[in-house]
Amino acid sequence: MTLKGNLRDFSFTQLLNLINLANKSGALYVERPGVTTRTIFQNGKLAYFESSDEKLSFLKSLTDHQLITASQHRLLRERLSGMNDHEAGIYLVNAGYTTLDGVLSILEKEYADKFRHLFSWPDGLFRFETGELPPDDRIVVHLNLENLIVEGAREMKEFEELKAEIPSLDMALKFTERPGTDIRNVNLNSTEWRVISYVNPKNTIQQIAATTSLDEIEIRRVVYTLLQAGLVEIIRPDGLPVALSSESLPVKNPKEHKSLIKRLINRIRSI
Amino acid sequence: MQTQTVKIVVTGPFNAGKTEFIRSVSEIDVVSTERKISTAPEKVKETTTVAMDFGRITVDNDLVLFLFGTPGQKRFDFMWEILSEGMLGFIVMVDSSRPETFREARSILETFHAYAPTPYLVAANKQDLYDAWDVEDIRLALRLDPNVKILSCEARKKDSVKQVLLELLYSILEEMDRNESKQEEI
Repeated sequence: MTLKGNLRDFSFTQLLNLINLANKSGALYVERPGVTTRTIFQNGKLAYFESSDEKLSFLKSLTDHQLITASQHRLLRERLSGMNDHEAGIYLVNAGYTTLDGVLSILEKEYADKFRHLFSWPDGLFRFETGELPPDDRIVVHLNLENLIVEGAREMKEFEELKAEIPSLDMALKFTERPGTDIRNVNLNSTEWRVISYVNPKNTIQQIAATTSLDEIEIRRVVYTLLQAGLVEIIRPDGLPVALSSESLPVKNPKEHKSLIKRLINRIRSI
Repeated sequence: MQTQTVKIVVTGPFNAGKTEFIRSVSEIDVVSTERKISTAPEKVKETTTVAMDFGRITVDNDLVLFLFGTPGQKRFDFMWEILSEGMLGFIVMVDSSRPETFREARSILETFHAYAPTPYLVAANKQDLYDAWDVEDIRLALRLDPNVKILSCEARKKDSVKQVLLELLYSILEEMDRNESKQEEI
């Protein structure tokens, strides 16, 4: 029987527990509008991960983790063009750039980092295709799921807390009016600076997240930090009309709106 | 002529005093959906609202104001969006003597504001208690914009509740004036 459903009804943690306990092998597809991820498991271990919205670059991963320098990256990109990840990996190990363990540990970290984002998806259609193998031209790893589940569960708890603090990403941010505070003297990391640069009542938090390529949990984490530091406050985005619409008021003519409110005021005064 | 209705929502954390607030000014006995509390952490009072409170103030022959009180416990938050539909404005009640609920009050405020960005104000209830926080300290704790009204309140006292409702209605009038000015500029 096909394992399929929605993360809204069957949490991602539950799903991973099932794959882990049953030592399942196959591909887990999880879909949300615009994004599809495919994770290959072999005997209950994570072997390979890919996402339609972000192509994993093997050489970039090695550079990001400082296994090769930026100039080596440029040189190797030309030299390895036409080679798949598998062939490139063998070349790099044989040429002494890195070791097999080095390559595997970087890929495990990369797959795990990308895969962990799925824990913050509140919904998404999933299906498990039993027996599906990883692509031949990719390097596979054997990552135990226990740690991922524990870390994921921790992140989910954090996400719930952050969501309670910042329930809507449709709101905007503005700098707090605190004369004498020089933001340049505050120690912020690069991600926080990137977000700060888009703080403007016209930009919703959602738009800032999209522009800075942060997922829901990351943007909430940054906004929470900035809120706690008293640097920003959450406001209604500019241009969003105050909802005194015909839904709120039974009279359609705007001129009658004020008269209606004044009638209410007079009545409350007389209670 | 058909009676016109408008509604104001009274929200806030558990035990903030929402039911009491509505009861103080409603001309009918508040239609309350209270149940006995079963869990220990919430045993600060005997009963709590599980669906909504419902109060009514008749303005004249063809206009009625409904006051809806939301359930305070988070597990009933699915009711919030339904209750916020078409509201004229909302009041966030805070128990001034329970700072542990301020964070939740902030979260409720933002959720309601996201559902419908109508005018709102914060009522700092139970200001008569000796350990009540100062209103301006609550403003800071809730990270309220200086333009947002926060009023001292005692939900059991009719005059105090009237003042809160009037201030919300004044805010709505001010918002209408601002919208009018914007329209004229265009």
